[in-house]
Amino acid sequence: MKFLRDTLDKLKEDFEKGGKWEKYYYAFEALDTFAFVPNTTTAEKGAQIRDGVDMKRLMMTVIIAMIPCLLFGIYNVGQQHFLALGQVAEFWDKVLIGAFQVVPIIIVSYAAGLGVEFAFATFRRHPVNEGFLVSGMLIPLVMPPDIPLWQVAVATIFAVVIGKEAFGGTGMNVLNVALTARAFLYFAYPVDMAGEVWTYIPEGAKAVAGYSGATPLAIASTTGENAIVAFNAFGAGWADNIYSFTNMFLGFIPGCIGETSTLMCLIGAFVLVVTGVGSWKIIISVFAGAYGMGLFLNLVGSTPFAMMPAHYHLVMGGLAFGAVFMATDPVTATQTETGKWFYGFLIGLFTVLIRVFNPAYPEGIMLAILLMNVFAPLIDYFVVRANKKRRLQRATV
Amino acid sequence: MSETIQEAAVAVEKKSEPLFSKKNKKLITNPLDIDNPITVQVLGICSALAVTTQLKPAFIMALSLLVVTACSNVAISMMRNSIPSRIRIIVQLAVVSLWVTLVNELLKAYVYDVSKQLAVFVGLIITNCIVMGRLEAFAMSNKPGPSFLDGLGNGLGYGLILMAVAFFRELLGSGALFGFKVFEAVGFHYKGNGLMLLPAGACVVVGVLIWLQRSFNGYRESH
Repeated sequence: MKFLRDTLDKLKEDFEKGGKWEKYYYAFEALDTFAFVPNTTTAEKGAQIRDGVDMKRLMMTVIIAMIPCLLFGIYNVGQQHFLALGQVAEFWDKVLIGAFQVVPIIIVSYAAGLGVEFAFATFRRHPVNEGFLVSGMLIPLVMPPDIPLWQVAVATIFAVVIGKEAFGGTGMNVLNVALTARAFLYFAYPVDMAGEVWTYIPEGAKAVAGYSGATPLAIASTTGENAIVAFNAFGAGWADNIYSFTNMFLGFIPGCIGETSTLMCLIGAFVLVVTGVGSWKIIISVFAGAYGMGLFLNLVGSTPFAMMPAHYHLVMGGLAFGAVFMATDPVTATQTETGKWFYGFLIGLFTVLIRVFNPAYPEGIMLAILLMNVFAPLIDYFVVRANKKRRLQRATV
Repeated sequence: MSETIQEAAVAVEKKSEPLFSKKNKKLITNPLDIDNPITVQVLGICSALAVTTQLKPAFIMALSLLVVTACSNVAISMMRNSIPSRIRIIVQLAVVSLWVTLVNELLKAYVYDVSKQLAVFVGLIITNCIVMGRLEAFAMSNKPGPSFLDGLGNGLGYGLILMAVAFFRELLGSGALFGFKVFEAVGFHYKGNGLMLLPAGACVVVGVLIWLQRSFNGYRESH
């Protein structure tokens, strides 16, 4: 630790005003404050904030909350891989295969995103924003395990440049950056992002007899009979009961790298809520919205998907992951506390609506969050206006 | 935008000015950059998003609009003193639709496949905001000569952006230019970007063009 500090201090002179690398000061400063808490303290008097929590600590908290999802995701990629090939494997073999698929995606995502961030910071002469620390981890977690790496890079660059820098950088973006990257791939290269791409099967490998890569969402939207019966019948012979409710909750199902396990997402939610980083109102209201819409469809629906018990919606697809890590993004969510209830509830509602009624999009959470990102300022506007109206009535002047 | 209209309206109205005076040259050059109908005035966006998946239809569309804007500007400018102001819009529409019908018939006769591709969008030039805007803002108060230049300039400004958008959309979306597979010609297997073929991709490209233009021109939003 001391060695690192000394090295940074020695280098610092070159980067400060008048030094030979003055131009790259902000790139240096980013590395410095990433490694160490900034050495600045507030004045004795007059300061309201006495805590060393800057945006980097905040972002690190979110990353820590994502670790359960990430680790489980790595394991599950291997688990699904061996399941599809019909092989029995040790725990560490699964982890190894998973890590082999997932780690390159993470590296590419960070390299591409931070490259753009550093370039813009140096060019615009402002400190490097920390926002990408979280986005860079979220992006791999919402990718299929066998996504081509160049696509990850292109999507990340697109998301950071068009989704964020065009609007002025961290804290100014309208849309969630990680979801922008995913939506980009979803529409640009649908072959690699939709259909049966959720299990890693190497080229030339032969899948086990009877194998199908259909996800619960795909089964529910195409089945002609009862969705639960179809779930239970799925995987007979090669992966019995893979789509049981418990299994979906625990996450031993194919899907995006980080999204499959509702349990791990809830652990992440716990970390976010306890540290006060994520809004519990949004998380709860997303689940409530999805559950409410599911119940409503049970009453009025006619298709098997609409008649599926509402609680299944909560463990299928990426709802939990989106609710915990995407919807709570403090920049793109509503800012008012009342608004958060509406915002979250509508995300849940639209998710289920898109899932059940739109045949082109089996999963709705991505589009629902992006849609509500756009509407968040409007919700805030109405909340603030209602508040003003109420207070004006109370005023005696 | 309203400022520029007023400026333009005041600008001309002098006698015996040469057609290519400094002021009149501006009528052509301004719409190409600082007064561009698409990137600055944000007019004619719908057709810019709809016809730009490939360069060829975009080129034909730009050409059609150029002809219609320039010709109707001249026609309206010649009639401007005899049009009762209460019915001027319908008169303008009638004149524009005459030119649009002519252009449409020509396209059908000579480039039938492209005309099919453009479908309703040539017909919709009648209600194109750029054409109507130039008639109202310029031709109604200026002589035929400058009006012709103004129509030409705005048509070119529109065409310039259309071609730029179509260039990127066709190149990135299908790896081709004017239908010629450029990436395959150099032996590189290019995977088409589906987003660029969707209208949303055009929106992004137009947005990036506006971004670039503004940063080059040092544009600052006024509050």
